[in-house]
Amino acid sequence: MIELVWLIPLFPAIGFLFNGLIGRWVGLDKRIVGWTACSALGLSFLFSILIFFSLLQLAPEARAAVPDTVLFDWIVSGDLKTVIGYKVDPLSIIMALVVSGVSFFIHIYSVGYMHDDPGFTRYFAYLNLFVFMMLTLVLANNFLFMFVGWEGVGLCSYLLIGFWFERDAPANAGKKAFVVNRVGDFGFLLAMFLIFVHLGTLEFNGVFAGAHSLDAVTVTIITLLLFVGAAGKSVQIPLYVWLPDAMEGPTPVSSLIHAATMVTSGVYMIARCNILYSMAPVSMAVVAIVGAATALFAASMGLLQFDIKRVLAYSTISQLGYMFLAVGVGAFSAGIFHLMTHAFFKGLLFLGAGSVMHAMSGELDMRNMGGIWKRTPITFWTFLIATLAIVGIPGFAGFFSKDEILWQAFNSGHRYLWLVGAVAAGMTAFYMFRLVFVTFFGRCRASEEVKKHIHESPPVMTIPLVVLACLSVIGGYVGIPHVLGGRNFFHEFLAPVLGGHPEGAGHAAFSLVRPAFASGGAGEGAGINMELLLMGVSVAIAIIGICIAFYLYIWKTKVPKRLGERFKTIYTIVFNKYYVDEIYEACFVNSTKRLGTFLWHRFDDGVIDRSVNLVADLMLWLGRVLRRIQTGRVQGYALGIILGAVIIIAFLIR
Amino acid sequence: MLSSVPPIYFLIVSAVIFAIGAVGVLIRRNAIVIFMCIEMMLSAVNLTLITASHHLNSLDGVVMVFFVMTVAAAEAAVGLAIFVLLFRGRGTIKVDEINLLKW
Amino acid sequence: MAGSAFYWSVFIITALTAIFAAVMVITRRNPIHSAMFLVLNFLCIAVLYLLLNSQFIAIVQVMIYAGAIMMLVIFVIMLLSVEEEERQRMMRFSPAQVMGLVLVLILFAQLIYGVAVAVLPGDLGEFSPERIAQLGDIKAVAGLLFTKFLLPFEVASILLLVGIIGAVILSKKER
Repeated sequence: MIELVWLIPLFPAIGFLFNGLIGRWVGLDKRIVGWTACSALGLSFLFSILIFFSLLQLAPEARAAVPDTVLFDWIVSGDLKTVIGYKVDPLSIIMALVVSGVSFFIHIYSVGYMHDDPGFTRYFAYLNLFVFMMLTLVLANNFLFMFVGWEGVGLCSYLLIGFWFERDAPANAGKKAFVVNRVGDFGFLLAMFLIFVHLGTLEFNGVFAGAHSLDAVTVTIITLLLFVGAAGKSVQIPLYVWLPDAMEGPTPVSSLIHAATMVTSGVYMIARCNILYSMAPVSMAVVAIVGAATALFAASMGLLQFDIKRVLAYSTISQLGYMFLAVGVGAFSAGIFHLMTHAFFKGLLFLGAGSVMHAMSGELDMRNMGGIWKRTPITFWTFLIATLAIVGIPGFAGFFSKDEILWQAFNSGHRYLWLVGAVAAGMTAFYMFRLVFVTFFGRCRASEEVKKHIHESPPVMTIPLVVLACLSVIGGYVGIPHVLGGRNFFHEFLAPVLGGHPEGAGHAAFSLVRPAFASGGAGEGAGINMELLLMGVSVAIAIIGICIAFYLYIWKTKVPKRLGERFKTIYTIVFNKYYVDEIYEACFVNSTKRLGTFLWHRFDDGVIDRSVNLVADLMLWLGRVLRRIQTGRVQGYALGIILGAVIIIAFLIR
Repeated sequence: MLSSVPPIYFLIVSAVIFAIGAVGVLIRRNAIVIFMCIEMMLSAVNLTLITASHHLNSLDGVVMVFFVMTVAAAEAAVGLAIFVLLFRGRGTIKVDEINLLKW
Repeated sequence: MAGSAFYWSVFIITALTAIFAAVMVITRRNPIHSAMFLVLNFLCIAVLYLLLNSQFIAIVQVMIYAGAIMMLVIFVIMLLSVEEEERQRMMRFSPAQVMGLVLVLILFAQLIYGVAVAVLPGDLGEFSPERIAQLGDIKAVAGLLFTKFLLPFEVASILLLVGIIGAVILSKKER
């Protein structure tokens, strides 16, 4: 069964080809297109489940050593030998399950959401292509094939963000996403080159087996470059700027690509390369610090946005920061755990936002919403469940994963990072509930026209919401920490691949930010108490955040405006996202544009066009000169004959 | 009757006459005179052929000369007819005034 | 051998006359004079043929070249009443003409070099002078003409036919 893994990406590929080629050419009925796309995903998900259970049949130690399913040799050139091959191990199968499962429900949702769009067929073709690429990424058994998927999801992101390309904003957003991604990909490429140069292979098995032969500097550079690539794809500082703009795309796209799957590729990649990262404490430090900083920074920007999708975008960036924080401190399985739960609740949040927009006739600004919770019950309750999950209320999925991360950060000695994460968690609670309160409660601030049309979404949209809501609740129970009396199945399952550091004894992989006071993790007993204490602290912070949101947006609704006016400078800076986009524009974009224009005028026009014209002018000149031979006089021609004869005889008498 | 003059002298004479004929072709402006110089060149070549034939005890050269003369005769007939036509048409047979094919 | 001195003297006189006549051909202003000198040139070359033991070709040269062709040329010269070329024109040489002269000089040098340096290649054939004397010159040529060179012979006759037709058509007056 396991060797059938190549079927998992195949179904969406077939769906893409069918919808993309035949669908657009023939103009298929929307039902056929929708059914093809969704069933492709359904089959993919089914096979993922089957292979997952096959993997469970094996003994835990054998699970990470399943031989790769190689389809055929791809590049065999000199020393380089890469294959088209798939790797089935706990990490990749978890990713495949998450990707195919969440994608499946989002596809179903899209059938309803995109029903009236003229580009319906194109949308599903792109969406299937995206899932194909993403599954390639997570199932590949070597860096180069993974990179194919990596680039492919970047391409599909561009296509789908700029789905409504007739308008300027989506087109520019798509371009921005692709270009910023490219910057990251450059780092990834350099890392691949280095890996190949030093280890002679790009296959995961080969690289990780031979990794210990690398010296510290090389492996640090490699891992840092890989992180650059991850930062581009997974929107960390400084390459996060494309994600808020990417909200110009259709909402299911935002849900699938920019919440559940593509943006998690970076985390997956680092988890996959955990052996390399374990050898480079400096890189781990960088990853963790950037992750924590991003978590805080993005959360601060999400506090003041009015566009519901933007708030969720910044929230995504922030949550990804948490995942990087996790892998940075060595808690790889915690990062993947949060990745999974985040896919559930963030995917749900975006779909819910889409449902709200559907109800409010396309309105995005939450200042024009309010008081709709009674009229869109399913949307509201699922949205609330997702929000509780993201905030980390006990009982919901997010609680277990986020708490695991914070605990691991603290326990491995990085107290400051824990603090940053905790503050960010508080902010998360605040802005998420601000979103809920302003959107669903209070007086309805929409226009009369819109108010009349407020309705719940059709079942094709609400059923996926409900499913994801259930997952947002129960999804966390696979990873209950010991301290609460559970068994962390998730961690155990991933241990063969991610190196099972036992819970409670953190990796003190680096000591850059260990503060001077008390060392952590002194022993099992002290550790467990500390964990419970921290759990309580996170919950308390979350509840405080919720209360502040309640105060500002339900009780005393005039206060936010007055606060904004009193702290006008800070407010303006944060509201304008710290002017980062403007800084980038001034520093990088303008100079690149100038360079491009310069090259265009000087080189393209000046040199290349000129040389082509020069050749043409040369021919004209030559013609003008040679014309003079045609004198019309016979004696001139006789002269030519004698000249020729002289030359030929000269050769003959040599 | 054996000639004891080595063939090289005949060949030199032939070369001289050929060269002189070539000069005549290039220098003179009267079409008929040019034609006469061409005939002179042909004649010089005939001399070469006969010399070679005599020296190699063969008659192939002689037969070739036979044909060259045939061609010269035909060429003279047709060529002079063309000159007559040219004179009728342009009123002159100076070759540098007959240059309709000039670009 | 006494014959040797005779042939040498005949050769030298004839050769020099031929060359002198050639120079006169190209330098005379009056085309009739040029034609006359050309006839002299042809006659000298006929004598040279005699020295080379080709009596047949010598006779044919006189008959065809000096006789038929030159007669035709003189007729045309008189028909077209060509004037003498102006004096000045002959003195001044245009750049093209100078270059032509130079080229011909180079050509001449090449020819001399080729002739002087190279040995006449080829095997000796079977027609030694004794054999030709035995057969008779014309008979020998005829024998070759009608066997080995039969096709060129027939083609030459067609050529002459075409020449005749061409000449007649070309000089027909327009109606």
